[in-house]
Amino acid sequence: MSDIDLTPSAGADVGSPATEAARPTLSGPPQRGGVKAFLPRLTGKLAVGLFLTIGISLFAIIAPYVTQDPRNYDSDRFLPPSGAHLLGTNNLGADVLAQLAEGAAGSLMVGLVTGGIAIFLSLVFGIIAGYIGGWTDEVLSLITSIMLVIPGLPLIIVIAAYLESRSLIVIAIILGLTSWAGPAIVLRTQARSLRNRDYVAAARVAGERPHRIILVEILPNLLPLLAAQFLGAFIAAILAEAGLSFLGLGPSGSLTWGVMLNQAMAHNAFQVGAWWWFVPPGLLIALFGCGLSLINFSIDEIINPKLRNAPAAVKSVRKARKAGAEVASSATPKEA
Amino acid sequence: MKFYVRRITFYLVTLWAAISLNFFIPKLMPGNPADIFRENLLRQGGEITPAMEQTIQLLFGSPDDSLWEQYTRYWSNLLQWDLGVSTTKYPTPVTELLAEALPWTLVLVGTATVIAFVLGVGLGAWAGWKRGTWVDSLIPGSALLQSIPYFWLALVLVAVFSVNLGWFPIIGGYSAREFRAGPEMSWAFVSNAAFHAILPAATIVISSVGGWLIGMRNMMVATLSEDYVTTAEAKGLKPSRVFLTYATRNASLPSLAGFTITLGFVVAGSIVMEQVFSYPGIGKLMITAVTQKDFALMQGVFLVITLTVLAANFVMDIFYGLIDPRARQNV
Repeated sequence: MSDIDLTPSAGADVGSPATEAARPTLSGPPQRGGVKAFLPRLTGKLAVGLFLTIGISLFAIIAPYVTQDPRNYDSDRFLPPSGAHLLGTNNLGADVLAQLAEGAAGSLMVGLVTGGIAIFLSLVFGIIAGYIGGWTDEVLSLITSIMLVIPGLPLIIVIAAYLESRSLIVIAIILGLTSWAGPAIVLRTQARSLRNRDYVAAARVAGERPHRIILVEILPNLLPLLAAQFLGAFIAAILAEAGLSFLGLGPSGSLTWGVMLNQAMAHNAFQVGAWWWFVPPGLLIALFGCGLSLINFSIDEIINPKLRNAPAAVKSVRKARKAGAEVASSATPKEA
Repeated sequence: MKFYVRRITFYLVTLWAAISLNFFIPKLMPGNPADIFRENLLRQGGEITPAMEQTIQLLFGSPDDSLWEQYTRYWSNLLQWDLGVSTTKYPTPVTELLAEALPWTLVLVGTATVIAFVLGVGLGAWAGWKRGTWVDSLIPGSALLQSIPYFWLALVLVAVFSVNLGWFPIIGGYSAREFRAGPEMSWAFVSNAAFHAILPAATIVISSVGGWLIGMRNMMVATLSEDYVTTAEAKGLKPSRVFLTYATRNASLPSLAGFTITLGFVVAGSIVMEQVFSYPGIGKLMITAVTQKDFALMQGVFLVITLTVLAANFVMDIFYGLIDPRARQNV
């Protein structure tokens, strides 16, 4: 697609750290050099994002060992939260907290695998197309654009419907195969801009091989962008898996947050008001997604320094204006 | 001119790819879909009539033909707008079911998308203008909204507003009790349908507004630090003029260009959402087809969704070419 050059991330070059550091800023925090320029500053947004993401990930890793057996159906059905069952029980008497913990592991696993596949494919289609150019670029970006325009979830639904049994990993692979196009377009634009930089041209003149230029010269500069795209694919995958499972097309035999919601819907949790069953899985999906997005915003601020400097500049102008007004008001009585 | 030729060619190629994908997916799947289909039909107590056998062959191809013959026959049937016969609502043609369901989804998703777009871009422009103030704290909130699964939000809205408060109807696109004969062209029916559409539309707007807002806000912040904005301010132009004609106008271009990606999310979300509300649209039709293994209907729905999304993107692309000359030159 030709109009891609105008997308936000494209407008902001991944400036080489040197040019970025040389740019003077209005009252921003002191510039950092070296590796630190690639790491986000610890702002409130980032802190909240990391807290949500790491907290929920730890919950997924540790909680399954601590909670009760998610498939123990001995308790009474539809028990509200109590000391014995912190989040109550579901229609079969299983502990909801235990199910939530096992579901977390399933959902996050799908997200990780899908994100990984999507990023790998977007690297192949994005960077190779952007760097090599010419006919390779034409063909690869045509495939990318087609995949971008064909709506993903309906395609996944159709594929999943033909599969008689679907394991967690199969679902993750299908999601990965259908969700790489967006990241690929962003990476291609950036790779195209990088290949015209002087240092890449120098490497080429020096006789470096294409795969070395891509891996050593171009890829490191794309890392923040790559991380942002990975987190985006991660969120999208968890949401897509939840939707798919909710429709009953999710992994057969495994437990994820989407599967829990599907069961809650099927057994009228919403009609009988069993909020302890249907609120936690949806809320965890939303909070985890929110955490990843907040981390993503911090990464965006590295990719696009304007996002970081402009609000700070406005703040400093406002402070100066206030200080000026105070000086003026303290000066007026003397004049009178 | 070259721009339009290129865009139209691209959409023709995509159209061909989407339709071919629709043809090849059943062929690439493990197992024999035709046998699974027959088995399911018999299990549901149906019988395989000649018309049914014809549908099966239309869908999966008759076993004696080569792949190429099946492919060309698929195309010729498609061009005659023949997508086979539904097995769940036997013997209704798939096209008839699609024609009934499509208007519901188009009106609902179309209206909700326009509302979400205007609201999101408007709020985003304002949030970008007020950068560095308390308004920045809108961002975490929008990030949360963006990550809420559509169907879960829909379920919560139903649980609160329909079940507990009883303000809105729980399911359906219109009151089946008042309009027994089905949809009609009367004011009473339209207002009834609009009333039923409030919660579904609210679901789409709430979950998709965050994405527009964040994209627009970030672009606005970047645009406001451009030199021409500083120049405009230095000239002493009114802030409202700088805001509207200098910043918002330029900053909104990427939001329009990124329409494709966002539309994909909205379409995906509303398919699942329709299931919650039992809304009589395309999404519910697709879910019915999937759960009943009505493959002819399912592939018809996939085709219609793809064509609609393609058409929306095409219109958006051409419109974008009109308002941004750079897109036309940059081919």
